[in-house]
Amino acid sequence: MDMSVHNKIVDPASSILYLDGVSVSFDGFKALNDLSFVVQPGEMRAIIGPNGAGKTTMMDVITGKTRPDEGEVYFRDATDLTRLDEARIANLGIGRKFQKPTVFESHTVFDNLELSLKCDKSPFASLFSKLTSEQYDRIEEILETIRLQDRRDWLAGNLSHGQKQWLEIGMLLMQDPELLLVDEPVAGMTDAETVQTADLLRLISKSHSVVVVEHDMEFVRSLNCKVTVLHEGHVLAEGSLETVASNPQVIEVYLGR
Amino acid sequence: MNIQKLTEKGPFVSLLMGLPGGGKAFMGILLSAAIFIVVGNQFVPEGNFFHVPTYMVSLLGKYLCYALLALSVDLIWGFCGILSLGHGAFFALGGYAMGMYLMRQIGDRGVYGNAELPDFMVFLNWQELPWYWFGFESFAFAALMVMLVPGILAFIFGWFAFRSRVTGVYFSIITQAMTYALLLSFFRNDMGFGGNNGLTDFKDILGFDLRADSTRLGLFVGSVLALAFGYLVSSFVTQSKFGRILIAIRDAESRTRFTGYRVEYYKLSVFVMSAVLAGIAGALYVPQVGIINPSEFSPANSIEIVIWVAIGGRGTLWGAVLGAILVNWGKSYFTGALPEAWLYMLGGLFVFSTLVLPKGIVGTFPIFYANIRSKLSGKSETRQATEAGDI
Repeated sequence: MDMSVHNKIVDPASSILYLDGVSVSFDGFKALNDLSFVVQPGEMRAIIGPNGAGKTTMMDVITGKTRPDEGEVYFRDATDLTRLDEARIANLGIGRKFQKPTVFESHTVFDNLELSLKCDKSPFASLFSKLTSEQYDRIEEILETIRLQDRRDWLAGNLSHGQKQWLEIGMLLMQDPELLLVDEPVAGMTDAETVQTADLLRLISKSHSVVVVEHDMEFVRSLNCKVTVLHEGHVLAEGSLETVASNPQVIEVYLGR
Repeated sequence: MNIQKLTEKGPFVSLLMGLPGGGKAFMGILLSAAIFIVVGNQFVPEGNFFHVPTYMVSLLGKYLCYALLALSVDLIWGFCGILSLGHGAFFALGGYAMGMYLMRQIGDRGVYGNAELPDFMVFLNWQELPWYWFGFESFAFAALMVMLVPGILAFIFGWFAFRSRVTGVYFSIITQAMTYALLLSFFRNDMGFGGNNGLTDFKDILGFDLRADSTRLGLFVGSVLALAFGYLVSSFVTQSKFGRILIAIRDAESRTRFTGYRVEYYKLSVFVMSAVLAGIAGALYVPQVGIINPSEFSPANSIEIVIWVAIGGRGTLWGAVLGAILVNWGKSYFTGALPEAWLYMLGGLFVFSTLVLPKGIVGTFPIFYANIRSKLSGKSETRQATEAGDI
């Protein structure tokens, strides 16, 4: 592939996520407009931007829910994500957390994690599947990470909002993804829960690449990572929070409001 | 000998042992009721209080077929959230496959005495049997078709619907259209299934006279076994990880997808499984009522099945069975006692059950029980759960 035309210093093979010139439009509205950015392996990245900046559409494109009209999306060793469906992308190693906590409410916390376990996910295999002791230990380990050991037999529907968010993050970890996409993890959380969630994400980012979409500036500051600012489906600025916060364009469209 | 047989049937025994408490109780009640009815019919003299007349045996056999049909709808609707309003079509197709075998068994005993052609074909001046009637003189072939035809239709229909991600009310509407289209085509004489009149005037099954009491009892026992088998299979499926994934799809389809499951394969598998169970129910139903005609495809029939399941309690296997038997028993009783009012009562029952018993009869009792316990002990699991939810 000829990389010179893309005017990028990184090539897709060394990055974990590579978006170049991605555009998506819905009925003439350009949700993403020539969006390009790159996430390195092991990196934590915060994506901020006002409502309608295209953050959720970007997640949809990466996870296979929406096909881009134009542009390239590569994962790891130049795996083209635009050709794959959600299940395939999830099994490749991209986990997605929704904005609204989405867990299996009529299953217990333990079952939620079990269903998210990385394994053969065909109907036939599921019909006869039994947990091995290693898999059991893995579930216990994640229960500890997300601090829900004493809630393991609770129905997920009975958890508090914050606990559901953690459970969903735990479900992502069960999939053992290389890249986690986390959409507004602290929306609707109490201050204490927000602090705990930031700790949790920093812990996770030690062994995974993480992309966090967030509105809450204090929270982004506490993550202490590189920030990408989206505006009208395009990257407006990129760098540390201090750098982007002093960017006049960013102040105009987002921070200044 | 017996012990050897048991060990040979190891998987079935272990399946039975693997049933949850409610399932074991259900199996116990079903099998003991069946024994009670067989003994009451065969060995208790007429006039005795415990005598079960043969017409009652057939009526109960019919209810059991409905129960199996309800079970099949519950499997997809209660567990996977797929609301099929066309499941009567799979039931009717199973019934037609059995009806074709029964027609071929009549041989030259029909009104026209034609050994090769059923009466309605002679009447239409047909000279030879259409190709799709070949093979139906064999019971084994017909039995295979009872499962294959509904299964294949469900596979093709489900493949297109689930792959295009047709869900919710849109799916329900196209299932109604499917059964309505089949209704219209089976009404046509050229289809070769007896048109308006359907298939009837059956004489015997596997050489046994269908009007004989012993055959009717045999069909009843067959229905009991089919329901027990359907229950065991459904229970195994819903208890497995596969079953938990079905519930996950019902509650959060996109989460399931992003967790790495191919939702359409799961829906397709369970939809086909359910259609096959419905086909078996239809096949046992036809010899017991003595007729199969296109009215079985009518959209209203399929909606009625959903009502049985809703009233019994969707998402619980024995709730579906209970709902089917209770509503149909009520229907038999009230169509005799108050023929004009029956349909209003069915409608009223549905409104009542959605308003007062949203979880059906079966779903409501555990809540009663929990409430009573909470009054006695001052604190219940449900209350703990809601309190915790507020943290």
